[in-house]
Amino acid sequence: MIEVQGLTKTYGKERAVNAISFEVKKGEVLGFLGPNGAGKTTTMKVITCYLPPTEGTVVVDGLDVRTHGIDIRRRIGYLPEHTPLYHDMQVYDYLLFVASMRGVPAADRNWRIGEMTDVCGLGTVLAKPIEALSKGYRQRVGLAQAMIHNPPIVILDEPTSGLDPNQIVEIRELIKAIGTERTVILSTHILTEVEASCDRVLIINKGAIEADGTPNELRTMYRGAQQIRLGIQHAGPAVAQTLEAWPHARVTGHVVHDGETLFSLTSDRPDDVRPELFRLAVDNGWTLTELHRNQANLEDVFRQLTTA
Amino acid sequence: MHETWTLTKRELHAYFDSPAAYVVLSVFLLFTGWFFSNPLFIENVASLRSFFEYARGIFLFLVPAITMSLFAEERRAGTLELLLTMPIRDWQIILGKLLAATLLLSAALALTLVYALTLSILGDLDLGGTVGGYLGLLLYGMSCASIGLLASSLTRNQIVAFILGFAIITVLFMLDKVTLFVPQALAGVLQYLSLDYHYNNLLRGVIDTRDILYYLSITAFACVLTAYNLARRPE
Repeated sequence: MIEVQGLTKTYGKERAVNAISFEVKKGEVLGFLGPNGAGKTTTMKVITCYLPPTEGTVVVDGLDVRTHGIDIRRRIGYLPEHTPLYHDMQVYDYLLFVASMRGVPAADRNWRIGEMTDVCGLGTVLAKPIEALSKGYRQRVGLAQAMIHNPPIVILDEPTSGLDPNQIVEIRELIKAIGTERTVILSTHILTEVEASCDRVLIINKGAIEADGTPNELRTMYRGAQQIRLGIQHAGPAVAQTLEAWPHARVTGHVVHDGETLFSLTSDRPDDVRPELFRLAVDNGWTLTELHRNQANLEDVFRQLTTA
Repeated sequence: MHETWTLTKRELHAYFDSPAAYVVLSVFLLFTGWFFSNPLFIENVASLRSFFEYARGIFLFLVPAITMSLFAEERRAGTLELLLTMPIRDWQIILGKLLAATLLLSAALALTLVYALTLSILGDLDLGGTVGGYLGLLLYGMSCASIGLLASSLTRNQIVAFILGFAIITVLFMLDKVTLFVPQALAGVLQYLSLDYHYNNLLRGVIDTRDILYYLSITAFACVLTAYNLARRPE
């Protein structure tokens, strides 16, 4: 649906995006993750035909952004950062304006606005001026205007920033609903956000892609050494010796507490070593009190990749 | 073109849903009313001359006031980005906004037709001069609006946009009044470039294509510069 090949965008001498390539398949919800100023917004601005690429090609639905800007814009719904809206307009008038600008046929406009009102829960505010709305409702209006022309692609730049926790949950639900039938790209620097709503994650830092995969793949790929905590009741020196000799993991320390010894182990193996540890305990007749594996979460992956 | 008209309608709504349009119309009518009725009642002269003479002066500051928000406010609020990612070309956006400002000016001018009507009942109306005057005011107003639009696209601050627009228009207005101080060769050029010089021509009731062409060129030139500036995608 969207193919980005070697995209570079410079502002003067500054390289905001440096030769990035990726692809978004139809119906996918892709999350752009990265610290502020990583190049997420710039990439979105190129895909939405707001900024021309300095180098590289961006093809949306088979059309090149350099030559078919207007046709691509028809296929995209866009919500920029900070949700810019005409604050002096009423919600209904605003949606009608966008519908008309986006080329929704006159006969369908009311029906589309009705649809968006239902999806985004705008029923009670249609007749209110946008300036009188809370941030959460403005965000809903922003999402409604992005989908009013029923676009196959929706691009959302930090759709939940500045909302309170309840509003964030509501907007996430909304994005999930949108993503069931559309291709969605959303950017964020909040990690739980991508875990909650995205099929695939691109981690961008300093204008380059650092990682690309599903949230699960990324967790596995960047887990590195797995940390295991093993608790054995009344462990004697023999237990420690057996563990030291065990080839699959190294003992990095132990604490004795209340008759229970907690061993910390590290393993470089990609798969889970807990079943084997369990069998080892059974074979030696140890009384197991605890067996826990620390899995890297996306937050660790993100830190690891963006602070190097 | 349908998108252009949609944008024009939105801008007109923005004017008329806020006090802006009513303040503009009231101020314009208040001043022009004074300049119309002054000769009529005090000097007993039934002429629109005085109205046409002073209306251009009022336009000097009124037109930049109308246009100052058109791009500056969109840039400040960030809505320009949304507008520029809609399926509409940059020049259509400029055209739509210019049309809205020109239509507001036309509304102001249309209201002053009452003066012409009054005079035609009371006495002999100089039809040529009146038609020329209205055409001149409209073209002159449109040119000023295009310059105001350019000024508005250069900044996020409406006050800066107003002052800038006012300054450019005033300079162009004054060009034919400084010809005494420049070499002969330059004098003709300055005169030709003056906003006021061509208005005076039209005011005489002589509708010359050169004057019309001048105003259309100024408008086109200002729009091209605006388009050039928009293409830079100012934040």
